[in-house]
Amino acid sequence: MFRFLAGFGSYWMLLGRVFARPEKHSIYYRQTVKELISLGLRSMGIVIIISFFMGAVITLQTAYNTENPIYPTYLIGLGARDSILLEFSSTIVALILAGKVGSNIASEIGTMRVTEQIDALELMGINSASYIILPKVVATVLFNPFLTLISIITGIVGGWIAGTAAGVITSQDYIYGIQYAFIPYYITYALIKTVVFAFIITTVSAYQGYIVEGGSLEVGRASTKAVVYSSIAILLFNVILTQLLLS
Amino acid sequence: MIRAEHITKSFAGREVIRDISAVFEPGQTNLIIGRSGSGKTVFLKCLVGLLEVDEGKVFYNDVLFTGLDFKARKEIRKEMGMLFQGAALFDSMTVEENVRFPLDMFTDMSREEKSDRVNFCLERVNIVNSNHLSPAELSGGMRKRVAIARAIVLKPRFLFCDEPNSGLDPKTSIVIDELIREITVELNMTTIVNTHDMNSVMENGEKIIFIEEGEKCWEGNKDEILKSDCRLLNDFVFANALAKQLKESSK
Ligand SMILES: Nc1ncnc2c1ncn2[C@@H]1O[C@H](COP(=O)(O)OP(=O)(O)OP(=O)(O)O)[C@@H](O)[C@H]1O
Ligand SMILES: [Mg+2]
Repeated sequence: MFRFLAGFGSYWMLLGRVFARPEKHSIYYRQTVKELISLGLRSMGIVIIISFFMGAVITLQTAYNTENPIYPTYLIGLGARDSILLEFSSTIVALILAGKVGSNIASEIGTMRVTEQIDALELMGINSASYIILPKVVATVLFNPFLTLISIITGIVGGWIAGTAAGVITSQDYIYGIQYAFIPYYITYALIKTVVFAFIITTVSAYQGYIVEGGSLEVGRASTKAVVYSSIAILLFNVILTQLLLS
Repeated sequence: MIRAEHITKSFAGREVIRDISAVFEPGQTNLIIGRSGSGKTVFLKCLVGLLEVDEGKVFYNDVLFTGLDFKARKEIRKEMGMLFQGAALFDSMTVEENVRFPLDMFTDMSREEKSDRVNFCLERVNIVNSNHLSPAELSGGMRKRVAIARAIVLKPRFLFCDEPNSGLDPKTSIVIDELIREITVELNMTTIVNTHDMNSVMENGEKIIFIEEGEKCWEGNKDEILKSDCRLLNDFVFANALAKQLKESSK
């Protein structure tokens, strides 16, 4: 318990250093572009593949669970849309990204720590926390909302293809269903969650990497911890945000 | 000039550095020698502030460095260059970008000026035609030399080298020693070098501090080192047979 609180304290102290005023904007800008590519664009493939198949499965399951003559089939489209919007494309995608991006960030920063690259930055008089972590936070907070939108779209397309191919719903019904009683606020809700989750993934993983001591074994451990802790934090904040935003 | 007073540092209750005081003058190569694990790296990191000392003070040109916060240290840090034991090149950058990095960060030089300066420094450490390689593609010795180029690119006033010639062949090792000595005189730098290479001790040792088990045992220069009667130092210096024979025959 004490260790947890101490860790929490040093996490906040690290954040304080991350958001100190940048020293040279052009370099931060360049780093951010780099991170947009490595943390954002490179995650697009996995998000698209997973969203497509999950959309398909969600639609089929909704269809088989509601097989009932008095139930209009367009509700399948509606059900799939809401599951994707409310939970899948924000929370589940965030958990997947915690695995991919989180472990990547923790092992990269952890390696920089054990090979003294962070010391080298500090020695030059550079705020290493800000130089390394801030571009990653900015990149993921900016880019992950796009990933969520892409996930929503591919998920719904996946459901449409699977639903019509399996013959559980007609194309017209599905398209009618995904527009029926549509609440635009759900998209806002999904995007707000995404931004918070992006911040959690990046900062928790960066913290785990930044505090590594030792060698490559500890770097591996840090990247496992990064995934576990950011996933737990995501699940916790999912509950909190849902209560705050939907009640 | 760098002055250390009564530096003590422990890790988890174990004292690694015990009450070391020393003065390092500019324009000469100051050596810290000692066996592996004696505390050289820890002492150097205490001097530059990468490790916080438990007790003691470090002065840079009479400014109390250990008492300053990160912001105030920054001004002194800009005048420091350091070669880390493992080179510590940035993996995500090429050789050229590594050496150019301090220039990008702290100067307003034009592109050409920067690349001239980078190439000049790389040539001084005998690295040519490797500008676009990544650190992973270099040999250990090449990495060290690139790291030296990065350390001197801003013409620092204080240069720290942690084992600049471990992992180098004897010839390259001598080239590096000469380079360090030359730039030290040229820029009137205060240079501190950790080493356990007796060759560089005999070449460069204008001021030598011998550390054993975290304590300063002996201080002097390369001429005095052979005549010293400090037993621990003799064990260290005459660890190899040839050197022992030399000492015997000189008696
Ligand atoms: N971060 C640390 N935590 C705990 N102990 C440490 C730490 N860094 C160094 N030590 C201990 O301090 C002692 C001195 O280490 P140091 O790295 O200074 O040796 P060295 O003289 O540089 O040796 P070498 O020539 O092999 O580089 C060692 O016993 C080491 O175990
Ligand atoms: Mg060492």
